[in-house]
Amino acid sequence: MGFEDWVAEPLNWVFLAVALATTVSGFRVVTSPNVVHAALFLVAALAGTAAIFLLLAAEFLAWVLVLVYIGAVIVLFLFGIMITRAPTGRDEAEVDHQRRLPAVLVSAALFALLLWGLLSQWGDTTLDRITAGTPTSVLAEGLLGRFVFPFEVVGFVLLAALVGGITIARRDLSPAEEKERESP
Amino acid sequence: MSPWLALAIWLLVVATIIPVMGMAIGYAEMKISAHMQSRIGPYFAGGRFGWAQLIADGVKFFQKEDLVPENADRPVFKMAPVLVMVGTVGLFVVIPFGPGLTPQNLDLGIFYALAISSVGTIGVLMAGWSSGNKYSLMGGLRAAGQLIAYELPLVLAVVGVVILAGTMSLDGIVQAQISWFSEAGWGLGMPFVIVQAVGLAVFFIASLAELSRIPFDMPIAESELVMGYLTEYSGFRFLFFFLAEFANMFTLSAIAATLFLGGYWVPGVPDSILQFVGPLVLLGKIALFIFVSIWLRWTFPRFREDQLQTLAWKWLVPISLANIIVTGILKVVI
Repeated sequence: MGFEDWVAEPLNWVFLAVALATTVSGFRVVTSPNVVHAALFLVAALAGTAAIFLLLAAEFLAWVLVLVYIGAVIVLFLFGIMITRAPTGRDEAEVDHQRRLPAVLVSAALFALLLWGLLSQWGDTTLDRITAGTPTSVLAEGLLGRFVFPFEVVGFVLLAALVGGITIARRDLSPAEEKERESP
Repeated sequence: MSPWLALAIWLLVVATIIPVMGMAIGYAEMKISAHMQSRIGPYFAGGRFGWAQLIADGVKFFQKEDLVPENADRPVFKMAPVLVMVGTVGLFVVIPFGPGLTPQNLDLGIFYALAISSVGTIGVLMAGWSSGNKYSLMGGLRAAGQLIAYELPLVLAVVGVVILAGTMSLDGIVQAQISWFSEAGWGLGMPFVIVQAVGLAVFFIASLAELSRIPFDMPIAESELVMGYLTEYSGFRFLFFFLAEFANMFTLSAIAATLFLGGYWVPGVPDSILQFVGPLVLLGKIALFIFVSIWLRWTFPRFREDQLQTLAWKWLVPISLANIIVTGILKVVI
């Protein structure tokens, strides 16, 4: 696609704006000195990702991202941060980390791995224009038909994580406390 | 009609509906509560019945100074009401007001509605935290805890309807209710409330909690927290929260009416007439839900925080799960 074709297509401009906003907020997540601000930039980054999914006509994925990540996971993040310490303005506590070099190495390696995987799989493929998304019923048939086994396995793993989380968080009562609870 | 023109018209409609409905519901709340307590309520504004009371209130809010506290986190403080409004306005996209009168008939309809309305929670947390005030922070935390707890039963209560209708599109759900007995040729449909009464009860209770209305108003409990996360807001930013709350009442009632009462549909009226009467029918069903929620508000005392969580996790979630199982079995058997 030549440059002129690119400019003529309004969707490209939308993509550019969304992608830039997502990248900038993703960057701010790791650089902002205030934890709450970082979490809020994460909201922006996730919203941008959802918008990119929408541009690819992957509606279901986009709204799952909004419902689960923005609506629940980030809310829990913010909840946890605010319930422990939440100064407004500049956070005195050091959010920075000493081991910057390993972090850079790991992220660079991960990026390279993803890039290699994508390029070796779809290097020269050009996609046709996406005109319509997949109907949800087709997705459902896929998940509960052909992929039902992996789907159930994932569900099982999540359940195990849930039970594990409760077990770790739960504190066993001492005998004295147990007696106290039984006789109100 | 070009898509841009359609978009402009829908934007205009929503931009009118939100303040008008906000004021209408606010006025209804004042009048109904007054009559429930043997008072008269607003009386003088506008000549008779005090009908212009809310307009006067709106003008008052615009005149007030837009205060930002010294300790507040300015950008977050200013963004919060906008985000709360986004969650509300976004809901209007999928509500079917009549045959062919859905702004955008998404395949994911109800799922989209639940997702977009969960964005408001972030706005509430932002408001609570950025005010730089302990009461606001407590209010924000309570709100977040409550909204997370009741979002689950809200979503699960909808699943029963989705199983019955076999689609998530709100338009499709209304169609499914219209054509339920079409094979028998009775020409009668069935509003899903008949088989999903439990679902409706759970949905209604959970939506009251999502709206933080009495008996679920711990986040803004005046006697404990001044005004919760709204404490530091004044002028038109407060008005934004206020309008968002009432508009949210409107949209959640509209969704409840669509899911359980058949939306714009009345038995025996053909589509050609429904096209014009449909929005009014929907409005009537919405008014029913709004009246019940005002009635409950002026009847019940506030819950305690632990009672609230118990109700959500130990009662509503198991009930809605059982409802899903029973509905699933019925769907397979019938």
